[in-house]
Amino acid sequence: MIAALICVISAAACLQFFVSYCRSILASSRKAELSERVREVTGIVGPEVAAGDFQRLLQLVRLCPERGDDRTEIRAVGTYYTLLRGIILISRSAMPKLSAWAESERQSCSYFAAVVLDRRISYSRDLLMQQAADRF
Amino acid sequence: MLGPFDYALWLVGFLVEIYVVVWSLYQNEFFRYLPLNIYMLCEALVTFGMYFCLRTYGFSSRKFFYFYYYTDSLLAILMFCVIIKLYLQVFQELGVNAYIRRAAGVLILLTAIFSYGVIHQNQDHLTSRFVVELEQNLNFVGVVLTYLLWGAIMKLRETRTRLIQLVLALGIYFSATAGMYALRNLFPHLESSFLKSVLPLVGLWLPLAWAYTFTKVPEDSRLATALVAARAR
Repeated sequence: MIAALICVISAAACLQFFVSYCRSILASSRKAELSERVREVTGIVGPEVAAGDFQRLLQLVRLCPERGDDRTEIRAVGTYYTLLRGIILISRSAMPKLSAWAESERQSCSYFAAVVLDRRISYSRDLLMQQAADRF
Repeated sequence: MLGPFDYALWLVGFLVEIYVVVWSLYQNEFFRYLPLNIYMLCEALVTFGMYFCLRTYGFSSRKFFYFYYYTDSLLAILMFCVIIKLYLQVFQELGVNAYIRRAAGVLILLTAIFSYGVIHQNQDHLTSRFVVELEQNLNFVGVVLTYLLWGAIMKLRETRTRLIQLVLALGIYFSATAGMYALRNLFPHLESSFLKSVLPLVGLWLPLAWAYTFTKVPEDSRLATALVAARAR
């Protein structure tokens, strides 16, 4: 009985902590403005990024050379995105408020992916410029 | 028996734990987060000790069993010191440090008395089930303490990003570990399949998350707690 209670409470607490942890990562990306370059590459228009663009943006991120310091946050946000998809599937008809919240969170995840892509494009350009400078 | 995956997890865990300590020393932050660094150092020593025990006595030996569970219980108690340090950081401006220290002393004393009582009653059958139950309870106390700390952070509108992320990572670790031990207690047959591979992964989470926070989040970084609180609109 006690074990079952601990199991349920721990699962609920873990979910809440995990959501807050992912939001703390996403919050730092919200302050960043997307550059014209990344908008051009991805076709993003306006301040918002569509929730469904996350996977496409991540594929583009994988095409760029790794910076080595963003893998943990990409993985955490990727897991969060999958969790949100599950929440939407479960709550779409029964809890529309929760579903709308999850959808806006997915948008934040997509914005985060766009910011990561932006950083990686800048990094690739720096690398190329450095290589060109070394050659001449 | 342990496979290459388990050994790889051990190695990664050990390296990340050492990394956290070395990074803190390099950044001159070792003493600012002293209990946290001591915990990481002890965790690395225990990982090394476990490897030594495994090589010397074997995976199914009693010595390895006792070493694994009892060092884990001791680490859980050491983790309470980390939580107390985080409490002190959150409440430092309210000037209630003396109360927190006293409350922490009482809590550790009560935990010690409770553990002694439980062990004294069960000394003739210190079985794996008993150890699992003890681990489950210790980790659940950790969940409650971290949840209260998180509540205080929200209430006091704490803005230090590093502190927020350290506490949240700790919350995930404690709740996942307590949940896993509770599941193991409820369904012992799950241990050989599912839980055997998930528990080391949960153990790896904390050093990884802390390493990420120390490396990526500067000490002076700030974050509005309203952005972190998850609420449906």
